[in-house]
Amino acid sequence: MLKSDFQAWEGFEGTKWKDEVNVRDFIQKNYTPYDGNEDFLADSSEATNLLWEELKGLQKEERARGGVLDMETEIVSSLTAYGPGYINEEMKDLEAVVGLQTDKPLKRAFMPYGGIRMAEEACRTYGYEPSEKLHEIFTKYHKTHNDAVFSAYTPEMKLARRNKILTGLPDTYGRGRIVGDYRRIPLYGIDFLIEEKKKDMANHSPLSMTDDVIRIREEIAEQIKALEEMKKMAAIYGFDISRPAENGKEAAQWLYFGYLAAIKTQNGAAMSVGRISTFLDIYFQRDLENGTFTEYEIQEIVDHLTMKFRMVKFARIPSYNQLFSGDPVWATLDVAGMGIDGRHMVTKSDFRFLHTLENMGPSPEPNLTVLYSSRLPEAFKNYSAKISIDTSSVQYENDDEMRIEWGDDYSVCCCVSATQTGKEMQFFGARANLAKCLLYAINGGIDEKTKTQVGPAYRPITSDILDYDEVMDKYDVMMDWLAGLYVNILNLIQYFHDKYYYEAAEMALIDTDVRRTFATGIAGFSHVVDSLSAIKYATVHVIRDEEGLAVDYEIEGDFPRYGNDDDRADDIAVWLLKTFMNKIRKHHTYRNSEPTTSILTITSNVVYGKATGALPDGRPAGEPLSPGANPAYGAEQNGLLASLNSVAKLPYEYALDGISNTQTINPTALGHTLEEQAENLVSTLDGYFDQGAHHLNVNVFGLEKLYDAMEHPEKEEYANFTIRVSGYAVKFIDLTREQQMDVISRTCHGAL
Amino acid sequence: MSENTKLGAVHSIETFGSVDGPGVRYVIFLQGCQMRCKYCHNADTWKILSPDQSADEVLKKALRYKSYWKKNGGITVSGGEPLLQMDFVIDLFEKAKKKGIHTALDTSGQPFNRSPEFIKKFDRLMNVCDLVLLDIKHINSNKHKLLTSHPNENILDLASYLNEIYKPVWIRHVLVPGITDDPDDLFALNEFLESLENIERVEVLPYHSMGAYKWKNLNMEYPLEGVEAPSDESIMQARKILNAY
Repeated sequence: MLKSDFQAWEGFEGTKWKDEVNVRDFIQKNYTPYDGNEDFLADSSEATNLLWEELKGLQKEERARGGVLDMETEIVSSLTAYGPGYINEEMKDLEAVVGLQTDKPLKRAFMPYGGIRMAEEACRTYGYEPSEKLHEIFTKYHKTHNDAVFSAYTPEMKLARRNKILTGLPDTYGRGRIVGDYRRIPLYGIDFLIEEKKKDMANHSPLSMTDDVIRIREEIAEQIKALEEMKKMAAIYGFDISRPAENGKEAAQWLYFGYLAAIKTQNGAAMSVGRISTFLDIYFQRDLENGTFTEYEIQEIVDHLTMKFRMVKFARIPSYNQLFSGDPVWATLDVAGMGIDGRHMVTKSDFRFLHTLENMGPSPEPNLTVLYSSRLPEAFKNYSAKISIDTSSVQYENDDEMRIEWGDDYSVCCCVSATQTGKEMQFFGARANLAKCLLYAINGGIDEKTKTQVGPAYRPITSDILDYDEVMDKYDVMMDWLAGLYVNILNLIQYFHDKYYYEAAEMALIDTDVRRTFATGIAGFSHVVDSLSAIKYATVHVIRDEEGLAVDYEIEGDFPRYGNDDDRADDIAVWLLKTFMNKIRKHHTYRNSEPTTSILTITSNVVYGKATGALPDGRPAGEPLSPGANPAYGAEQNGLLASLNSVAKLPYEYALDGISNTQTINPTALGHTLEEQAENLVSTLDGYFDQGAHHLNVNVFGLEKLYDAMEHPEKEEYANFTIRVSGYAVKFIDLTREQQMDVISRTCHGAL
Repeated sequence: MSENTKLGAVHSIETFGSVDGPGVRYVIFLQGCQMRCKYCHNADTWKILSPDQSADEVLKKALRYKSYWKKNGGITVSGGEPLLQMDFVIDLFEKAKKKGIHTALDTSGQPFNRSPEFIKKFDRLMNVCDLVLLDIKHINSNKHKLLTSHPNENILDLASYLNEIYKPVWIRHVLVPGITDDPDDLFALNEFLESLENIERVEVLPYHSMGAYKWKNLNMEYPLEGVEAPSDESIMQARKILNAY
């Protein structure tokens, strides 16, 4: 068949994208920028209200049962493991977009490939008994990612891991962060994509069968198999996705099947949806023009698709939940952004996705992300700000910075980091605790908590007062050690993940010749900066225990802190980021991937803090670290914008995996009326991002609300009360009390 | 220190002021005030201290926030009482205006008088001040004195003077239950305000006790101990009477 024959492409402009897979070209040739305001939006439909009520009931039941509604123990999850599943069998005709991870809503699948032990522990945690037969298969006949990694770890690696100087490593769960270009399915249909992959296979048959070639050929074969399976999965629900989608409803459904394939086979920490709004809008716009669908029906499709993203669940173990609390999946969905040609990419559908937060109330998922530029249309910025103020469910990322690195068709693949959609994958690598590393520098590699020699036994600092130059020299070499060990651990993890837990479904929707990034991360950032500043500008005395180990610090005098727009401290922050990144760059990274780093911690700042001793900035042992790139609690003296200015100084080029910043603003401190509040929030975002800052989570509520929600989680109004934490959103009542207290203790910018 | 810059006594900075004038404001709180308002939430700004920061330095720091001000934001000088440091504020505002920055003065009006020396300086200040935020604590002079330790005649005269020179003004009135919320007083205040033509906005600010801890830190007894924030109902009523925000 000639490709241009597809009836489904009727009315679409352009030629390049018809010859070969090129979704970006399709979007650029066909999308309709929208400069108007939100007045065109439609309310939720009767079907949406019924389904959402049903789902809210299930969520309530899930919470009542301790966080898990139902769990699979007998069937290994796959694309075709189950028959069709619906929110409610009797209401299935109401669903404009169908498909569940298992046979029942919110039921968690059994996914053993990351590690059978974890899969079983997850079952037992929630009172389910895992299958003996599956245990035998995955311990006797089939190796898992986790087994492989631990069989190859060196003793030094295990020690560093156990002492939590490197934490959150994806060696017990899926690495995630790979965004398939799910838009390819509606645009091309599966058969076209299979043909393209077959061509790639033919092109990867050189004279020498080196390891690399063999591996890529095996991977392409896996991808083609996954594409075939996707067709079967869709057929279970009565759809033929071998062909392109013919209208907006099919486009949303086809796209969702692609995403569903990913979440049926992978339980990565982040399973992002990607940048779909402008793409889908092209179909919706054509439908509106043809009279195929009304605005009301289109909003219903968007609402139902979004409802599906709100339902994604994985079986997790308690130690995982401590790292990433609130049961997140980072189904990140991006809207807006600017095109390379200077046109903005806001369409009506960008409004429609934000509008889901009004039609169905606030929600942590999908992780709605506005790709921000001060040049976005004012009406859109204003609407988005109002939604932020009402729901605290939106985050903002600087498109003007990211577009330079990733073009105008990137997706946020995790909480904040970008990848080029369909052209890139990321090796996620958690984080190194640089605050603990500073303590290792002072104590000669001995862990201040476990008193074990973890790092190299360099000479410790023995003086009473910390000398800045001496500390810096020792910190430098200790960071060298940590960076090397960290990269090696990640190389090993990524190797085995590719081997035992390959993301065939996602990679099938990504170009075969893929760009790979290698994402490292930093925890404890602001505390290192403040500690070094204290050592430099004040006098820091060391308090040692009977064995001579530095366990606490006493600060005499004042010192500048990161978060006050004071260059004396902020210069240290920039130095720290650049130094660590440069040290990472010195090492070989798996599959010649491009190393990057991030300053984001998710909610793991609480666990990391627990494992970290007292620091020279005055932070007591065991206290939570400040999250992401946020200044330390209480460090800010001059209000929100001074704090934003400090964070904005961190060069994104050195932290391409993201610089996360979370701020909470009391509504009364944002302005008198909603109009004023929205206007002031837009000014704040413009001012922050125009300086080159990367990311901002915006919460708008008062402390009273947090206290009340903590004390009265049963109140109806708090069932979906969403707050933004480091790089994502959670339902506040799903956090542990410890984490709730942590959120409360962070600076809340209020008016006096 | 340059001869061309005046010194001021600065208490603190709020980089994100959004309720002290239009848009996003850089608020400079000055040190020193002669009013002794019972509900003051900045009692730590009362003491008169010697000036130590130059207008040039203060402006330079403020300009780091220019990117947030957009269409209508800018700088607001508050306090303390800024009219006690007019030379400094004039210097700061004159230099700010040269850079096209919107300037607002948040004052209680207490130092205002019609002496030629004062008016000369004040006129110069008004030349470079885009907006005055004037606190009228009470319309009744006796009650004003009870609340603030000063009568209000010269403050109301300042309002009239600003009307004479067509200076845009936002009036602010703190609503304290049992002290400033008597409807008769509010009607009287409204009557006064309606006689003026330069009032762009009236704001009713509900009393809160978040500044009480500062009194304790200063070893002073908080005079409004036990006074609660006004009810939503009474706020609505006051806003209605005063046609306020």
